[in-house]
Amino acid sequence: MPPAFLAAIDHKRLGQLPRQMWNSSQGNVEVWANVVIIAWAAAFMLWQGEGFAISVGTIFAIWAILAVSLNLVVGFTGLLSIGHVGFFGTGAYVMAVLSSTATYDQPHSVGIPTFGLPFFAALPVSALLAGLVALMVGIAFNRFRDDIYVLVSFGFTIIAFNVFLNWSSLTRGPFGIHEIPRPEIGGMVFDGELEFLLLALAFLALIVLVSWLLVSSSFGRVLTAIREDERAIEVFGYRATHYKLAVWVISAMMAGLAGGLFASWTSFIDPNSFILLESVLLVCIVILGGLASIRGSLLGAMAFVLLAEGMRFLPFLPNEYVGQARQVVLGLLLVLLMLFRPQGLAGRYKL
Amino acid sequence: MDLQLVDVSVGYGAVRALDEVTLGIGKGEVVAVMGPNGAGKSTVLKAVMGLVPVVAGHVYWRQGLLVAATHEIVKKGIAFVPQGRRVFTHLTIRENLEMGCLYLADREEKERRMDSVMELFPILYEKRRDLASQMSGGQQQMLALGRGLMADPELLLLDEPTLGLAPIVVKEVFQKVAEINENLNTSILVVEHNIKGVLSLTDRASVLDKGKVVHHGSPQSILETDILTEVFLGRVSPEEEEA
Repeated sequence: MPPAFLAAIDHKRLGQLPRQMWNSSQGNVEVWANVVIIAWAAAFMLWQGEGFAISVGTIFAIWAILAVSLNLVVGFTGLLSIGHVGFFGTGAYVMAVLSSTATYDQPHSVGIPTFGLPFFAALPVSALLAGLVALMVGIAFNRFRDDIYVLVSFGFTIIAFNVFLNWSSLTRGPFGIHEIPRPEIGGMVFDGELEFLLLALAFLALIVLVSWLLVSSSFGRVLTAIREDERAIEVFGYRATHYKLAVWVISAMMAGLAGGLFASWTSFIDPNSFILLESVLLVCIVILGGLASIRGSLLGAMAFVLLAEGMRFLPFLPNEYVGQARQVVLGLLLVLLMLFRPQGLAGRYKL
Repeated sequence: MDLQLVDVSVGYGAVRALDEVTLGIGKGEVVAVMGPNGAGKSTVLKAVMGLVPVVAGHVYWRQGLLVAATHEIVKKGIAFVPQGRRVFTHLTIRENLEMGCLYLADREEKERRMDSVMELFPILYEKRRDLASQMSGGQQQMLALGRGLMADPELLLLDEPTLGLAPIVVKEVFQKVAEINENLNTSILVVEHNIKGVLSLTDRASVLDKGKVVHHGSPQSILETDILTEVFLGRVSPEEEEA
């Protein structure tokens, strides 16, 4: 005779318990993802100390600006672009060329013009020039949609990378540009890491605010309509091409701004920071976080940065493999996501 | 005649989708375009909206020539309700309706139109905060009609408004179309495959076959001849009849 309390357990129901828990958690994946990622971030930063936390925060801010801005195009408007890194690079190079104070007087070194502009004067130029490039590219891109859009934006990324690499008289090609100064305004220098983090977060807040205003306005509603049925909206009196171009340029300007921040933060840039892979990772972040969800992009960027930086501390992983392992893990994550949660952590739409 | 197509030909390469089609619709009239699949019924409406290349002939709108890009036409008082409803499923009912007249700057006018459309379609008022994807096919058709009416059009172009709907809903859609025509005095050019239903509302109808108008007249005249049998089932040649 088993004891009474064991007999009282309904084994059938007990067997169903995991499934029930799974089912009830399904609707709250977003909440769980928030909790897990934020807890993970907090624990990780406490463990690794202040300096690490600050640098992770800054990387997060830059990736988050990129992800939010790309989501305007990919998520809200439905144009799958892998050309975003081109605008990021444009912004970074504009910042580097305009503000770098380095002199290249060694023999055989490639010299470039020095302007020595302060950060806050160069940053608007970064955004504007990225926007200008986007305007020119976008006029051509507007003819395309769906799969073709991926291809043409792929082409743009390749072209942008080659321009960075080969326009030596302006970008120093593979040698890169040094001594890009930190922001400075009215005697206040953002040279400390903490100060820069706060500045980057302030810019992120600005971008999130602007994006939120955009998507919750009637402009945003037209974007959603374009995403669903680009042809139909012409009938209601809109030129889809104008709206597509507008959001494309706005998004590129935000990426240019992120590029300016990035250049100033690292103080050295070369073309390797602006390869196609970065663009693909960025699209992964947007999908991971959730299409057409600004909150999702923030979440996705945080998860990605934690994953990328966190893998450095895995005891069994030799340092030289960290880079490759990151890509494997991210790719695996994306496959699992597409299988089990195609709308991403916080999204409403499926790809 | 408010809208008049004169010898309009539409071509995709060597194929002629419409061949010298002439038809017109007067103020407050309901005109139907009928015919078998591939006859070019929908192309008539698309030619008016500038969605297909008109290679010959002219479209007149209120005595003037109608030459405008697709997105300008709705501002001239012609609204199009596309085939398959094509509502924006990720927008709410209200937002869908707003899409119908977003080009208007006047907020009060928008609200006024919204109220009158919701009065005409109580179901849209009831579900105004729901996403369009949560509606049934018939309700989505009502939404598509309402969205077209938001432009306050003088002429409504309906492309197969009852396609894929249950018979009981089909009746309701025809009722609403008749109501729109009576209450708002909106002219309606409708492409339909449901002959019985549509002939009960129209003043005149054109029968299209292989891009040409083969018959034009009152519903009565169409039912009296066997033109519909011919275009839908094929003409029987005398030799075949003998055999």
